[in-house]
This record gives sequence, structure tokens and C-alpha cells, in this order.
Amino acid sequence: MLIERTWKKWVYFYIPLTVFVVGTLFPFYWMLITAIRPDAELYRSWRAATNTPFWTLQPTLEHFRDLMAKTTFPQWLWNTFFIAVASTAISLFCGLLAGYALARLRFPMAGTLGTSIFVTYLVPPTLLFIPLANIIRTFQLGDTPWALILTYPTFLIPFCTWLLMGYFKTIPRELEECARIDGATRFGAMLRIVFPIAVPGILSAGIFAFTLSWNEFIYALVFLSSPEKKTVPVGVVSELIRGDIYFWGQLMAGALLGSIPVALVYSFFVEYYVTGLTGSVKG
Amino acid sequence: MNKPIAGGAGSAARLEVVLPHPRATEPRRLTRFLENERALAALLLAPTVLVLGTFIAYPFIMGVWLALSSTSVGNVGEFVGMRNFAKAWNDSIFRTAFGNTFVYTFWATIFKLTLGMWLALLLNRHFRGKRIVRASMLLPFIVPTVLSTFAWRWMFDPTFSVLNWLLYRADLITTKLPFLSDGTYGMWCAIVVNTWRGMPFFAITLLAGLQTINPDLHEAASLDGANGWRRFWYVTWPLLKPVTLVVVVFSVIQTFSDFQLIYVLTGGGPANSTHLLATYAYQVGVATGLLGEGAAISLFMLPVLFVVVWLQLRYLRRMDGA
Repeated sequence: MLIERTWKKWVYFYIPLTVFVVGTLFPFYWMLITAIRPDAELYRSWRAATNTPFWTLQPTLEHFRDLMAKTTFPQWLWNTFFIAVASTAISLFCGLLAGYALARLRFPMAGTLGTSIFVTYLVPPTLLFIPLANIIRTFQLGDTPWALILTYPTFLIPFCTWLLMGYFKTIPRELEECARIDGATRFGAMLRIVFPIAVPGILSAGIFAFTLSWNEFIYALVFLSSPEKKTVPVGVVSELIRGDIYFWGQLMAGALLGSIPVALVYSFFVEYYVTGLTGSVKG
Repeated sequence: MNKPIAGGAGSAARLEVVLPHPRATEPRRLTRFLENERALAALLLAPTVLVLGTFIAYPFIMGVWLALSSTSVGNVGEFVGMRNFAKAWNDSIFRTAFGNTFVYTFWATIFKLTLGMWLALLLNRHFRGKRIVRASMLLPFIVPTVLSTFAWRWMFDPTFSVLNWLLYRADLITTKLPFLSDGTYGMWCAIVVNTWRGMPFFAITLLAGLQTINPDLHEAASLDGANGWRRFWYVTWPLLKPVTLVVVVFSVIQTFSDFQLIYVLTGGGPANSTHLLATYAYQVGVATGLLGEGAAISLFMLPVLFVVVWLQLRYLRRMDGA
């Protein structure tokens, strides 16, 4: 490393990095402090001398209690979790098979298919939500979790396929060829030799897909209507605001609790998540 | 996984010796069928093609049909040609939304790229607590956008904004800034929040790119007398360009088609001044129920997305060729 003078290191490194850290994390701190602040303190005039926005001396769990007891929030958490797990499982299954086929097998139209899967990866959900809502209605899936479990894979499968295809290409062909010489079928070699080696890639794809489906908003907003069937993001937006009144304490408590599951999954698998993230763009 | 399964490795051969009945022919025929590369490929790709065909290709065609028809909720429309597109184009709210989408995408992408690059360069150095800082920097990206945008909305609250409080205490303002109650302010607030959310994605992906650059190159450049800026411009940047391009393409697509951030932050208001194409399509197509017009509005995104995707594909081809 190059030797630097101390003041230079402060100006070029510590100060900018601190600004980045504070700027990035402040909204989360603000969520937390709002969630544990009693209502009397929340809505205090901004010019009041007694206003201490950055801390509170009377922390309370009232907002969390109300959220869990008086709203359907726990149900939303469960719905989101169930939908995210189911759509991730479907996407991993499809992505694994398709990724293997595209990475290893020779067949006509392989290139075209690979390209079209990549193109669907780039199609944003906001382009298709209106016709999709129509189709969901025709299939009579409206207002059921299946509306989301079947449509989330549209953006998860292309991503999983792309990521796993890249992963399969790094696994030497010789491993499979050895297995086949020993009498394994093509399918058997794929199932017992290639897939086990690809577990880290599968984990990356799975974690990334899980967070994507946990965070999805527009399909959930359009396809679901009963309060008890909603996912966390949609429930918080549409059910925690009564009329025109924002109960900020409860809203922030909901935002915090709704973020914790993804944050936990992320914190346990940071490395896999980052691989998924960088792999998702490099392919 | 020791259990022999149909068509599995080795077990098939053993079965043949022990059980030469007709029963064994069924799995064998399947096995032989799967040995054919084309057949196996078709089988493996079938689920993906089925899902993507039903929920992407079919809705796409249907979207084009809807956009050319006068369909609304509960009313099967008839073919009206380009009327929905023409109507949208002559609608002043649509014009605003169209312009906003470009402004939003342009500035948010510039900010995300510059700040993300800066953050990546900072995170690429060695310091204490590096791992935890790196990990926490991604939080805005992994937390559900809708939920974090609510925190921002609360920070921009017209009455209780903490940002106004800060600026007031710092003697920078004497009256509150109308963060979300003014169209221009509202748009810039949305750009700030989008930058906050998307910058970590740039930073972490660019950081991954930076880590593949051989430090010897920097060593050599500094021995040749290049200062920090020149080392960045002549060594780092050229090597980082491919990754940057891909990240920018992804970000442009997502920002251009953004919905949730505006939906929560301003809801398109005040007075429809902060709509993007997606939020306006939602308002017309879902909230009002004019499916045909809504579909036409969202199809206005297509040409831009098409160009971006085409550039990306062309670039990928070139990479494959090289």
C-alpha cells in the first residue's frame, strides 16, 4: 500500500466513509427510534425547544404490541414467507434444469433460447402487470397466494437460470465424463455429480430469489385484495393507513419487523448473497 | 442419496441381471430416451418455457391487444387501433409522467454511478471493521423498498420532518422546505431516495470488479509517477468499464420502470406532478379500470427498454466473440 499522510487519510478516506455510513444507515435508525417513541412525543412541533428527535427517554413497545395484536400483521408475515419460499423453490427447480441444459447440452435453438431467457430477465414487472391481472382473473387465481407463487418465477427463473448456467460452466466436464464411463446415465450424472458440486451456486440463487420475492410489490398490490391475504409490503401500505391518517409509530414498527427476516437471511449468508448479486449481472 | 432411483447410475445395470422381466423395460426405455441430448434438453427446459410462456410471452401479446382495444374492467372492448396511444400522447399528465421518467432515470443513474464508484473505491481499502461496514452498506438494497421508502416519507413529513428540523437548527432555513408538497421538490426527493436505495448495488458490484484488478498495475503506475486520480482514470476505469456498463444497463431498466418508490413516496402527487410511466399506468389501468389505456401507457416504456436490452445483447455477443 502507498504511504499517506494522516490528514490526507482523514480527508480522502475516513470523512467520506463516515458520511456514507451515516447516510446509508440513518433511515434505519429513524425507523427504530420512531417505532419505540410514544405518540405524545412523536407529534411535537418541530420548533419546540423540548424537541429531541434523535433519542427518546420513554421508549415503548406499544406500537409493536398494537401491530401484532390489533392488525393482521402476523398473518402478512406468514403469507410473505410462504409465497417467497414456494416461488423460490419453483424457480430453483426450473432454473437448475434449464441452466444445466443451456450450459451442457447441444441442441438446436440453444442460443436463441438462452438469449430469450436473458431478455425475459430484463423485462420489468411494471410492463406486464395490467395484462397479467387479466390472465390471473381468467385462471381464477385472483386473491389467492397462487397468483404470486406462479408469477414471481417470471422474474426469478431467468435470474436463477442465468446464474446457475454461469456456475455450471465453471464445473469441469471431465467429472461428468468420468461418471458416464463408470456407467452413469446422462441424467444420473447431472443429478449426482453436477448438482451437488453446484450447491454454493444454488444457495446464492436461492437466497437472492428469496429476498426478491419478499420485496416484490406491484404484483402483490394488483393481484391481492383481501386484507388477510396480503404480503407485508402491501399490507403495510394499504392497511396501516386508516383513511388519511398515518400512524407513524405503528408504520415504522411494521417496516422494521417486515425488514428483519430478509436482513437476517442476508446477514447469515452475506457471501452467498453478494455472489448472487454480482453473478446476476455478470452471468 | 443411496437409494437407487429409476434410471439412476449403476443401479440400472444391476437390475438387469437380477430382474430380467418385462417390468425393467419401462425405466430402460426412459433411460435410453434421456440419453438423447435433444430429448433431455427438451425435458429440462419444458418447465421454464411453460412458465415464461404463460406468464411473460402470453401477457405480452395480450398487453399489445389490450393497448389496441377499448377494454375496461367488466367490459370486453373492441379494436380501436392507435387511439389509446394518441389519447395518452395528448394528455398533459401523461406528458409530465413521460418527462419525469427520463429525468428520474437520468439523474438517479448518474448519482448512483458516481457515488457507487466512490464508495466502491473506499471499501476496496483496508481498514478496521471492513467486513461489517461492507455488509451494512447493502442494507438499503435488501430491505423491501416500500418499507424503507416509508421511513423516507416520514423523514420528509410536511409537519414533523426531521430534515427540516436539522436544517432549521443549523440556521440554514427559516421556514419548512415543502419536500413532498411541491412537484419539483418531490421529484428530487424521489431521485435522492432512489439513489440511496440503488447505490449499494453499484458499490458492491463495482467492488467485485475492483477486486479482480491486479494490484501490481497500480504499483507500476505509481512507480511511474501517476497520482491517485490518474491511476484511477488510466488504470482502474478502463478495466472497470465492462462491469460498469452491465450494472448501468440493469439499473437503467429498473429505474425507468420504477413503480413502488413513487407510489409510496408521493403517490404521483401533488396534482399528478410526480408520476412516472408505471405509476400513471397503474392509476389509469388499475385504479380507474381503463385496462386498454393503462396497457398503452405502460407500452410506452417498451422502445427505451428495447434499445437498452439490444445494446446489452450486442455487448454480450462481443464479449463472447473476444
